[in-house]
Amino acid sequence: MNTQIIFILLSLMAIGSAVMMLASKNPVKSILWLIVVFFAISGHYILLNAQFLAVVNIIVYAGAIMVLFLFVVMLMNLNAETEPVKNYRLQFIGVISGGSLLLILLTFLMRTPVAQPVQMKVGESGLIGKLGMTLFQNYVLPFEISSVLFLSAMVGAVIIGKRN
Amino acid sequence: MDFFFLQVQAQNSAENYFPIVIQILFAIGLLTLMIFGSDLLGPKRKTADKLQNFESGIEIKGNARQPIAIKYFLVAILFVLFDVEVIFFYPYAINFRALKWEGFLAVVLFVSSFLAGFIYIFKKGALKWEE
Repeated sequence: MNTQIIFILLSLMAIGSAVMMLASKNPVKSILWLIVVFFAISGHYILLNAQFLAVVNIIVYAGAIMVLFLFVVMLMNLNAETEPVKNYRLQFIGVISGGSLLLILLTFLMRTPVAQPVQMKVGESGLIGKLGMTLFQNYVLPFEISSVLFLSAMVGAVIIGKRN
Repeated sequence: MDFFFLQVQAQNSAENYFPIVIQILFAIGLLTLMIFGSDLLGPKRKTADKLQNFESGIEIKGNARQPIAIKYFLVAILFVLFDVEVIFFYPYAINFRALKWEGFLAVVLFVSSFLAGFIYIFKKGALKWEE
């Protein structure tokens, strides 16, 4: 019962701050609301016993990716004079595509059978110790290959960032 | 020493995060109390000079919405990459003893690739601020 209350509170927090993120006019405020969304989702992960995901979500998404988002906002020219004129045709297209996405989500939500919304202490694959054992014993090769991916990302960032 | 470590591992469930929730709530509560409390209790004199952005006594020139240099973004991207590297240490550190030398070798191989990337970044001068 207690878990259900926490689940509902976290869900309200996540949905409410997501709506605030979309509704706020200031892009920096949108980013700050997105951080609140990430914290709420991390709470959900902890309820689902996926503790590693919760920690990664806080450190990487709320910490690092949000810094990137802030820098993207600062890289853009956000003066009021250069703001593009609102295109009503584009808005119409956006409403149609967003609505169809909502329709698809709703159909799949209707089809899923009603399950227990939150299962505390169920499943151990998300715990950090178990995950580490699986990662370093069964999936060592993908782990090493991911380091090559990081290396290529580093080289790509340096080549694009340092043109001269 | 070992006793405490085992104890921590034995009771690893979602309930253990309750103190963290309390800590977060306390931090948020204290900050809101301090910020809004000082706003409510403190004196307010809203003159044109007082409401100006404070720029260390220098007069305001232009506006703040200037596009920043790409260098900041490059540093931020590199920070994200090394941040994700550190994330992989976390599950390794918990299983450090159980994984023995094979796990150590896997991590050393992983880190050596990152080290190669770091040397590349240094040689290219991507972290050099002034040209």
